[in-house]
Amino acid sequence: MSESNSVLHVENITMQFGGVVAVNNLSLDVNKGEIVALIGPNGAGKTTAFNVITGVYEPTNGRVDFCGETMVQNYPKGKMAKEYKGENLGLYKNAIVKSPDKITKLGIARTFQNIRLFSELTVFENVLIAKHMRARQNIFSATFRLNHKEEQRMRREAMELLEIQNMGHLKDDIAGSLPYGIQRRLEIARALATDPKLLLLDEPAAGMNPQETQDLTDFILEIKNHYNLSVFMIEHHMDLVMQISDRIYVLDFGSLIAQGLPEEVSNNPKVIEAYLGVTDDAED
Amino acid sequence: MTKQDKAIEQNMLKPAGLNPKVKYSIAALLLAALLGGIWWMEQTLPASSIIFTVLKKGAIYSLIAVSLNLLNGFTGLFSLGQAGFMLVGAYTYAIFTIPPESRAAVYMYYDGGIIDFALPVPVALILAGCAAGFFAFLIGLPVLRLKSDYLAIATLGFAEIIRAIIQYDKLGPITNASNLLRSFPVFRSTLFPFIVAGLCIAVICLLINSSYGRAFKAIRDDEIAAEAMGINLFVHKEMALVTSAFFAGIGGALLAMFQMMVQARAFTSAMTYEILLIVVIGGIGSITGSIIASFLFIACSEWWLRFLDEVQFIGGMQVPFLRSGFRMVVFSVIIMFVVLFYRKGIMGTKEFSIDGIYRFFRRVFGGKAGKEAAPHE
Repeated sequence: MSESNSVLHVENITMQFGGVVAVNNLSLDVNKGEIVALIGPNGAGKTTAFNVITGVYEPTNGRVDFCGETMVQNYPKGKMAKEYKGENLGLYKNAIVKSPDKITKLGIARTFQNIRLFSELTVFENVLIAKHMRARQNIFSATFRLNHKEEQRMRREAMELLEIQNMGHLKDDIAGSLPYGIQRRLEIARALATDPKLLLLDEPAAGMNPQETQDLTDFILEIKNHYNLSVFMIEHHMDLVMQISDRIYVLDFGSLIAQGLPEEVSNNPKVIEAYLGVTDDAED
Repeated sequence: MTKQDKAIEQNMLKPAGLNPKVKYSIAALLLAALLGGIWWMEQTLPASSIIFTVLKKGAIYSLIAVSLNLLNGFTGLFSLGQAGFMLVGAYTYAIFTIPPESRAAVYMYYDGGIIDFALPVPVALILAGCAAGFFAFLIGLPVLRLKSDYLAIATLGFAEIIRAIIQYDKLGPITNASNLLRSFPVFRSTLFPFIVAGLCIAVICLLINSSYGRAFKAIRDDEIAAEAMGINLFVHKEMALVTSAFFAGIGGALLAMFQMMVQARAFTSAMTYEILLIVVIGGIGSITGSIIASFLFIACSEWWLRFLDEVQFIGGMQVPFLRSGFRMVVFSVIIMFVVLFYRKGIMGTKEFSIDGIYRFFRRVFGGKAGKEAAPHE
């Protein structure tokens, strides 16, 4: 596993809210072209880990590298320096903070657990907005239409993307009025429109029936190959996870309890305990 | 006709819409008719007619309401600082356009002030916008980190502070302190505010339909998602605030010209609420709604509902309640009614467009239009 192959490298991340350690000393890697899944029971800290990677939260301690470049780094400061309960204190000496929009610009796109589309805008506009950040324009050139070539390019790219995703016929529909499954796919399409290298999916199959889940599985594999992506996802549907993941990390109470290939993880007694609750079974 | 049928018909009519050339010609024709109509009225009606007051003030309020709508309706920033930006614009315009020969009379307590030149009107109007925009930029730096209610309170506070600062005695040589400013160039024709406000609103429309306008709407719909799409929240909010203040500043300058004098005391928070009322009645997120509501509001407050402020007799009986100030009570009832039963205002987030009218007529004369539309499919 060479360094240049690593897309996302998360190192000793600890996220502490007040006295609660939501993520404890989490380290993981996503390599080029891999689909990596992060699983764990509810409240294990999976979404918190996502929010740290995408810059929504600043980690209390630890570092996140993206394509070999340090993207986020922090250490306990101020009041937190006294209250800090995690490990590796003093390993990181300086803080690097990037806001979510900068991280998206670097090439990490994400979807949300509870769909966050621009619900009053059309499907086309939803995708078009993702093109905004990379367009060469400023507020004057955009207002007075001096950027019409750039605007045309953005529109063409957005339309192409919608056509590839088979959503071209929906382009003028209001995003908020679409069926749930389509909204999920639109959210992924919108994330793809930011030209990411790494796609983070937060429970993409939540609330889907088996058929929809199967469609989604195929869809994820298809876009991964088509756009040459790495995918890092949180998911509860085990069949989906086992089918497409190259590697799996298991999180419980904020700490990593297992990692490895799907079959290794599914046979790991710790994982079975975390998921099924062995103590409960013993009582029965 | 069921809902579904309607939706299908609308979809069918979409590709059969007017082609852009026809559309723009109709728009240009309507615009020319509007301006021509105003010109004709000015030729025939006496200059003191109330209709000119309504048209002038309505046009100015349209611009200010649209500028507030850019913030409240399109970017989702609830700001109450509009009166403050108007004040900055009005004062900047007045200070830089009073002719040197009139300054001694205007600044009689301050030895004619310290500025002894006058800028041409168009330059001063743009400068008025820039000054308001500059203040907005400064306020935005700390304030835009706040959200919703806090942002509203902070901008409201700014508007009050700026009003107090302008009345500060030590600034007298520039602002004439609490005395009024007058003698600056004003407009006589109703066409002037129509053209200036029209141009400004056109620019705001262009902005809203541009890539940046889409980014603003994205921020309005969902900040977290907008940020995840690579939109820098702070920069875009700052842009929206500065643009809004720029046009509010020009609106303030126009208002000063309309009133032929300007005094800081008049730019109270009540003025912001008036404009907010217009935006809410017109529909938050609709430009044409704001414009229609502006004219309606001004017509009501200056003309149609004037009688409410005067004692009236019907057949020798005095009508109860009618006295000075009752108009405001009626306005309060109207806003309550709008907020409770008509929450989306006149237009909601829809816009009044030539395509829309065209579709409307086709719907009204459904049978014929249906057959006509068929060949296009």
